[in-house]
Amino acid sequence: MATRAPDRPAAPAGVPTRRHPRRPGWSARLHRIDVAVSPYAYIAPFFLLFSAFGLFPLLYTAWVSLHEWTLLSDTQTFIGAENYATLLTDPYFWNATFNTLSIGIISTVPQLVLAIWLAHLLNRPLRAQTFFRITLLLPNVTSVVAVVVIFSQLFGRDFGLINWVLGLFGAGAIDWAAGTATSHVAISVMIMWRWTGYNALIYLAAMQAVPRELYEAATIDGASGLTQLRRITVPMIRPTIVFTVIVSTIGAMQILAEPLLFAATTSGSGGMVTGGPDRQFQTLALYVYEHGFTNFDFGYASAASWVMFVFVVIAAGVNYLFTRRMGGEIR
Amino acid sequence: MGILRPRLLAPAVAALLAASVAACGGDSGGGGGTTGSAEPGEKITLTVGLFGDFGFKPLYEEYKKTHPNIEITERVSEFADHHNNLIKRLATNAGTADIEAVEVGYISTFTATPDKFHNLKDYGLDARQSDYLDWKWQQGLSKDGSALLGLGTDVGGLAMCYRKDLFEKAGLPSDRDEVSALWPTWEQYIETGKKFAAANVAGAKFVDSPGEIFRAMVNQAPVGLYDAQDNIIVASNPEVKKAWDLSNQLSQNGLTAKLAAFSPPWNTGFAKGSFATIICPAWMTGYIQEQAKDASGKWDIAAVPGGAGNSGGSHLMLPKQGKHPKEAAELINWLTSKENQARVFKEEGTFPSIPALYDDPSIQSFTKPFFGDAPIGKIYSDAAKALKPQHLGPKEAEVRTAIGNGLGRVEQGKQTPDEAWAQVLKDVEKIK
Repeated sequence: MATRAPDRPAAPAGVPTRRHPRRPGWSARLHRIDVAVSPYAYIAPFFLLFSAFGLFPLLYTAWVSLHEWTLLSDTQTFIGAENYATLLTDPYFWNATFNTLSIGIISTVPQLVLAIWLAHLLNRPLRAQTFFRITLLLPNVTSVVAVVVIFSQLFGRDFGLINWVLGLFGAGAIDWAAGTATSHVAISVMIMWRWTGYNALIYLAAMQAVPRELYEAATIDGASGLTQLRRITVPMIRPTIVFTVIVSTIGAMQILAEPLLFAATTSGSGGMVTGGPDRQFQTLALYVYEHGFTNFDFGYASAASWVMFVFVVIAAGVNYLFTRRMGGEIR
Repeated sequence: MGILRPRLLAPAVAALLAASVAACGGDSGGGGGTTGSAEPGEKITLTVGLFGDFGFKPLYEEYKKTHPNIEITERVSEFADHHNNLIKRLATNAGTADIEAVEVGYISTFTATPDKFHNLKDYGLDARQSDYLDWKWQQGLSKDGSALLGLGTDVGGLAMCYRKDLFEKAGLPSDRDEVSALWPTWEQYIETGKKFAAANVAGAKFVDSPGEIFRAMVNQAPVGLYDAQDNIIVASNPEVKKAWDLSNQLSQNGLTAKLAAFSPPWNTGFAKGSFATIICPAWMTGYIQEQAKDASGKWDIAAVPGGAGNSGGSHLMLPKQGKHPKEAAELINWLTSKENQARVFKEEGTFPSIPALYDDPSIQSFTKPFFGDAPIGKIYSDAAKALKPQHLGPKEAEVRTAIGNGLGRVEQGKQTPDEAWAQVLKDVEKIK
């Protein structure tokens, strides 16, 4: 039944009926306003918060990036796009961009493949299902500081567990933090540790919506588990894959805590914001942090943030197109 | 894998800092702009912001006995975080402690902003001038010399700490006078290192890393990274280049353990005996004792190559944000008093900046069993007396980090010294 305005009360006897025609209009209008406005009022808190803590800083950062603006000085001079020009010619910036992409790829690709595989394993009748699912999520709820501190010890050069195990196979001690490739691998492992289970759970939720009959039919046709995964599961959960790829890409472009703390635990406080003495694992976010919060050059850091923002949008867009295509081919 | 999603970085960074600086306590100091003093009898809490352990804790307890209305809380964070946070808190006018410690590498940064701190002369502390080493006193003054902004705690006269047991294993002399005789110059120190390396002592290198050695060598020079007009002279000062070359010789001869100072693996290195020598400003003795708890009697202290120099040392400053400047100034005066500096030295190893103590018999005769009963009172008194002050510039720490990263690149074998030096000069040029 369609909603309708409450019946207007009958006019009490003796009251002049002169105002009568106005009252239903007023009440109905109020109701119409209520229906039209209330939904906006309900979602307003989000948009107010977003404006205050998302949109405003975004625009203000753009404004700051056009200035020579440091924390220590009270005067801010307008310098136009100079910060951007300096930034785009700074080899350290491009080094950070390379490191971000490298760590992003090394961490995201194996992580999502592993997550699909884990979800596939869990998407069958198992005892103690809840236990396995919670276990998957556990690394995600541990503090990033704890994860990095522990993994930095595992990746220690002299007394680290990983080098000890490699030593059993006759490999020499690897200085994980010193090399570009090795440090990227170490950081990627930390990221994978925290986020693989999270993505696996998202995939698992999507897989449970795939109709059983498809698998039954495939089994009758003699398709192996792997074929079923490739031919049925992946195409069916494609929208979820697109979602996780985009979210992971955005996350990977903004990695800060892992390299910062990894540097702090391996290079001391000196190389902390540079991601090692050779900037071998300084990511874009760390580059922004270096300029904004240790050199206090807010104008330059804001410019770097904006370029980083553009990179994130581009990377997410490219991955969106790529994953859509990939799904199409499998079909 | 959304690591940090917020559109703007600042809150994420703030949260991260809060997490990584776990020791950072509540912001009980600061905030308000009022500078009124408390009524007598009212309970007052003073916060003291420090980096590392200053050995003040027993002093607070004693101070509270004579000042029952004062409560003192200490908040300690990591060296670079402490100073960077102080800069932020001063700039945003919120969050400083009532008393803030500032290391000598940063002191010029803060004395350049005298409007953010109370002039300690207003609280009668200029009476302390006669107590202090003149250069230490000067470092705490504002640039024009009119205001007293910081009162010195300790100085870091240089010595060289070494592991007797490792020296014996390498067939080197282990008596401290004989060891001192091995290296009157840095070149001879490197030669000794080569002999040590030739003996192939398992699990041990000659020195921890080139960074602190470089700092010591530069500090021994009459002029360091800055000239008296606050210009960075890294490129033109031959003393800096010489220190750079010598430090890199350590790396290139494989004498370093590649352990960056103040990193956790470095701390482990003390406990495991991963290096045989380490540059040893007075405050380092306390650090070694803390880290190498099981190595009592194995460490000893010899003279530093290349003559006297200072490395480190701090001042206590009084930010204007604090609500109880009078009481805080009183506490600064007490913490830095002659008696307490002597006491902290005996407990913690940080060496007094009050020359009258240097000839004090209780200091002169002070030894420490941990260091094989080395006469550390005499060693550091002599070092402090021989000190020639050096002018330090406002971005001292940043310049040192840029050079330290260069030394690290050579040590890790990523660049030749020449390539690394070219990059250092470029990095230093960008520091404004």
